[in-house]
Amino acid sequence: MITYIQILISSPEFLAQLIINGLLVGAIFALIAYGLALIWGVMDIINFAQGEMVIFGGYLTYTLFYQFGIHPILTIPIVAIALYIFGLLIYKSVINRLLGEKDIFITILATFGLAILMQQLMQAIFGPDVVTANPELGMLFLFDGQLIISNVQLVSFFIAVFVGVAMFILMKYSRMGQAIRATAQNPRASRILGINIEKVYANTFAINAALCGIGGSLVVMVWTIHPFIGLVYTFRSFMIVILAGLGNFLGIIFAGMGISSLENVTGFIIGAEFQAAVIFCLLVIILVTRSIRARKRREYIQ
Amino acid sequence: MMKENKQNTLIWLGLAISAIVPLLLPNHITVLTYIWVMIILALTWDMLGGQTGYTSFGNILFFGVGMYVCAVVQRDMFSSGLERFERVSEIVVNLSVSEYFISLAIGTISGAIVAVILAIILGSGILGMRGHYFAICTLGLGHAAAEITSGIEYLGAGSGMVAPLYPSEFLMGKEVFYYYSFLLVAVATFFLFKKIYKSQFGLALNAIRDNENKAESMGIHTTQYKIAGWSISAFFLAIAGAGVGNVIGFIDPVEIAFSGPTFGVWMIVMAILGGKGTIWGPVLGAIILYSAKETFWTYLLGWDKVALGLLILIVVVYFPKGILGYFKDKKQLSDSVLSPKGEG
Amino acid sequence: MNLLNVKSVDKSYGGVIANHDVSLNVPEGKIVGIIGPNGSGKTTLFNSIVGHHPIDSGEINFDGKEISSLTIPKIARLGMLRTFQQTHIYGKMTCVQNMQISSDIDANWKRIFNPFSKEVDEMVDELLAFVGLYKKRFLLAGDLSFGQQKLLEFAMSLMKKPKMLLLDEPTAGVNPTLINGLIDRLRQVNEEKGITLLVIEHNMRVVMNLAEHIYCLANGTMLADGKPDEIQNDKRVIDAYLGN
Repeated sequence: MITYIQILISSPEFLAQLIINGLLVGAIFALIAYGLALIWGVMDIINFAQGEMVIFGGYLTYTLFYQFGIHPILTIPIVAIALYIFGLLIYKSVINRLLGEKDIFITILATFGLAILMQQLMQAIFGPDVVTANPELGMLFLFDGQLIISNVQLVSFFIAVFVGVAMFILMKYSRMGQAIRATAQNPRASRILGINIEKVYANTFAINAALCGIGGSLVVMVWTIHPFIGLVYTFRSFMIVILAGLGNFLGIIFAGMGISSLENVTGFIIGAEFQAAVIFCLLVIILVTRSIRARKRREYIQ
Repeated sequence: MMKENKQNTLIWLGLAISAIVPLLLPNHITVLTYIWVMIILALTWDMLGGQTGYTSFGNILFFGVGMYVCAVVQRDMFSSGLERFERVSEIVVNLSVSEYFISLAIGTISGAIVAVILAIILGSGILGMRGHYFAICTLGLGHAAAEITSGIEYLGAGSGMVAPLYPSEFLMGKEVFYYYSFLLVAVATFFLFKKIYKSQFGLALNAIRDNENKAESMGIHTTQYKIAGWSISAFFLAIAGAGVGNVIGFIDPVEIAFSGPTFGVWMIVMAILGGKGTIWGPVLGAIILYSAKETFWTYLLGWDKVALGLLILIVVVYFPKGILGYFKDKKQLSDSVLSPKGEG
Repeated sequence: MNLLNVKSVDKSYGGVIANHDVSLNVPEGKIVGIIGPNGSGKTTLFNSIVGHHPIDSGEINFDGKEISSLTIPKIARLGMLRTFQQTHIYGKMTCVQNMQISSDIDANWKRIFNPFSKEVDEMVDELLAFVGLYKKRFLLAGDLSFGQQKLLEFAMSLMKKPKMLLLDEPTAGVNPTLINGLIDRLRQVNEEKGITLLVIEHNMRVVMNLAEHIYCLANGTMLADGKPDEIQNDKRVIDAYLGN
């Protein structure tokens, strides 16, 4: 472990490499986390199936690429639409019935059940193996090859940024976006003012699913996926949202990139196999410190 | 009073049948053993999940911890054979009858103690949180533990460990021994929990479930009660884990010890299916779910886990009160219809 | 001797000042009332006292201890309990269980895994009879009417044998025919059990009848205080209520 730290100190260009990779991939995480924050803020639903939706999107891209020969990048709009419809279906069949449920744990349990179901379904359909859909875009050598960036990361970064900006504009200027933001602030007032809350919720949930789908397509291009890796993406999203706070768009972007870089560096130092454990322990530590601090202010976090 | 008597008769009848069943169905003894395991799992989950309403997704951690601690004690107590092998996962220790049972007992108890300590430490941190954040903090406990264990060579890393061989010269066969052991632990857990739920402690847990703010404003040490409840669960869960490791014969971090998709999920579903927050609910849920799983799910040919996932979703969304909750509601409804109104 | 001493407490939410420079004294064994128009910061003051939120500045002294940084359960254990405007009860437990759990269970934690003692059960019966809920004792608390829940909550706080009770609008939502009975009971509690009461009340008739000393809050500041008849004739108070 110490030798790894020494490597990082003695060759700053390598550290820079890790951080830049982290920043590029972080945009994808931020996109997924933004979806989580959206339904958390608007519907007060904690989605434990967030990661599974990402992986589902990834598998769709993988299938379209290998079965139908569609270029992975071109599958993104298809996957987004497919996941949007999937999100609507889940909303109508599951989430819809839990709104207004006083016991918040019921909703959490339902999304947890959804996560388990999706894991098992994906394993049954796509098999347990690790898959990837790398479009082989080659590498970019900077500074005489001291810094290597794979083009696919660069492309996925720009796609994530593009989708993020599009979301931002949509939320700000479209009718539905405005309705969603109004509902997030005060559902009762919005209902009185004639906003169809049901439709807003359905759309919010579906938009989140679509964002997860896009995230999944990018993930399967950049990395690998398997049916049970979703949990890691769920943790990451929680981590980002908790660091940034709900409804803080810029915060989510910075937190996403920051966490991703940090993860890359720690992953190098103590080994990538502890990836999920590291994120999770960090998450718990942050929440516990916050909880203790809140206690001192006569509050508790909930 | 009559009802209590009837219930007791039923319990004794059930226990009498359970005691002779291994003689009648010697081929199904392992399945029957697992039913007792499942009852322990569901009961312990319900202490926090049902009685205080704090849904924990990470109780599997204590199960795995009990399993590993026990396995290490069994391996190292009477033989230090670590050096003779290339890989920890290949170590199989051969113990005499007395050595086997002494190391098993001490291993089980140490596992339970370690689990309790862990529950207290973790609980003081995350049980001070409420709602969403508590759930998030428990979600990854099992997963993180599995990853960390996979990195520790002393625990056999990713390939796990092998339980010591059961001494064949002992007068009781391995299956029979573990059947009765689990029967004993499950029954002890049941009666202890029953007593707890009727005590002041049990009522404090329910008060937290009904209105935690009120409980706090009345000066009840809510966090301490939650931690105590979780620790009691951890204790029995670890005992179950220690036993299951020996029944299966080998331990591995992802598939067995900290297996979220199997034991970890089952305990939640069983408790909810039977009716969380009741003493009989988890028992009923465990029996129904595990028998169903063993009888017809094998015919689903690889889709059995999908069916389980679907079942979880259906139970939680459409049937969150469970079987007993459903009947309780019905009974209350008929009670309120039948009982004369306007009294008092 | 003053049981509760509140000294120039400030509390604001964001930019909104809820309490500014609020001071009040509650002598031991007395009944003190707080009145004020809606939004004048009465409940905020209650919340500050019982530890619901931090205060920005000032001192709160209870029974000789500074409590302005303690948490709700700690303050409750010192012997100061509050009831809520909206009832807070354990809905899925029976009235008896609601009462039992309100007894001082933490004090005898060695018996925590035993059922409740005879003394507790006797006290439960006695107090339920006192508030007139004895016949409903085996009903679920959540099935009681709002007024009955208020009575239950009141009885629950008596189980703890507090030194002081903070009652947030005890008569709001209670059937008018029951209000006189409630006033009598509050007075009885004060006289026989020696419990000091601090009462927020909108019903002028009730508070003038009950309290020996009244504080009037308006716009987050202490407008006036005095004996009931003084307050009744105070021009500032009348103006505040008429919205001047």
